[in-house]
Amino acid sequence: MVEESSIFGKGFTVRGGDFANAGEVSCKVRNILKEIGINSDIIRRVAIVAYEAEMNVVMYAREGTLSFEVTPDRIKLVMEDEGNGIENIELAMQEGYSTATDEIREMGFGAGMGLPNIKKNSDDFKINSIVGKGTRVEVTIST
Amino acid sequence: MKLSEVQKILQAEVLCGEESLDLELDTACGSDLMSDVLAFTKRGALLLTGLTNAQAIRTAEIADIKAVVFVRGKRPDEGVIKLAESKNIPILATRFLMFESCGMLYENGMVGVSQLKEAVGDG
Repeated sequence: MVEESSIFGKGFTVRGGDFANAGEVSCKVRNILKEIGINSDIIRRVAIVAYEAEMNVVMYAREGTLSFEVTPDRIKLVMEDEGNGIENIELAMQEGYSTATDEIREMGFGAGMGLPNIKKNSDDFKINSIVGKGTRVEVTIST
Repeated sequence: MKLSEVQKILQAEVLCGEESLDLELDTACGSDLMSDVLAFTKRGALLLTGLTNAQAIRTAEIADIKAVVFVRGKRPDEGVIKLAESKNIPILATRFLMFESCGMLYENGMVGVSQLKEAVGDG
C-alpha cells in the first residue's frame, strides 16, 4: 500500500458508537502533521476531512480504519468502514440531507454537512459504498 | 480583540486557560452545529456555542479555533474542561444568550468571518 515516495503513513482504528472518543484520531493525525512540519492551512483541511470522516464512522458504522499517507506533493486520506453503507450516494452528498438520529444531533453533527464538507476540502474525492457492507472514502489534498 | 476583552464584555467566567487571556482573536463565530463551524470559520477564531460536550473542544482543535465561550449559562462537565486544558484551549462561560453574546462582541468591534475575508481582499 505505502508508496516508495511516502514520507510518512499511519492507520488508526475508529470504533462505531464510541462518542466519548469521537474525533481523537483526527486530533492525533493533525498533531502528527504538525510535527512533520506541513503547512498549517493544509493541515486544517486534512484535519477537517479526517474529523468529518471519523464522525461518520462513529455515527453510522460498526468499525473503520482511518489511514493517511504523506508524500512530497500530497496527503492522501482513506477512511474505510464496515457498516450499513450508503444507499443513495448522490443524496448523501447533498448539503442538508441526513439520516442522523437525535443522539447524533445532540453531538452537534448530523445536519447533512459531513460529506459535502469533506469534498469541499479535497482536491480529489472518491466515494464507494456497498449497502450492507461498508463505505470507502478516498481524499487527496495537494501540498 | 483580546480574550480578556471578550471576558469583560460577556462578564464571563474563565473555566480554564486563565493564563491565555491576552490571546488575540481575529474573528468569531456562533453556532451549535459543529459541521457548520468546520465549514465556515477561519483559523484564529473565537467560537461561541451552546454545545458543551467534548465535540465542541475537538472541533475547536481541528479548526484552529483559539478559544471557546459557552453561552446561555451552560456549563460543561469536568471531563470537558480537562480535555480543553490538555489541548490548551481556553474556555469561558457566560450567562448571556447566543444572540446577545454575539451582538455585544460585534458592537465592540469583533468582526465576522465574511468581513475578515473582505478585509484581506482590500488589504
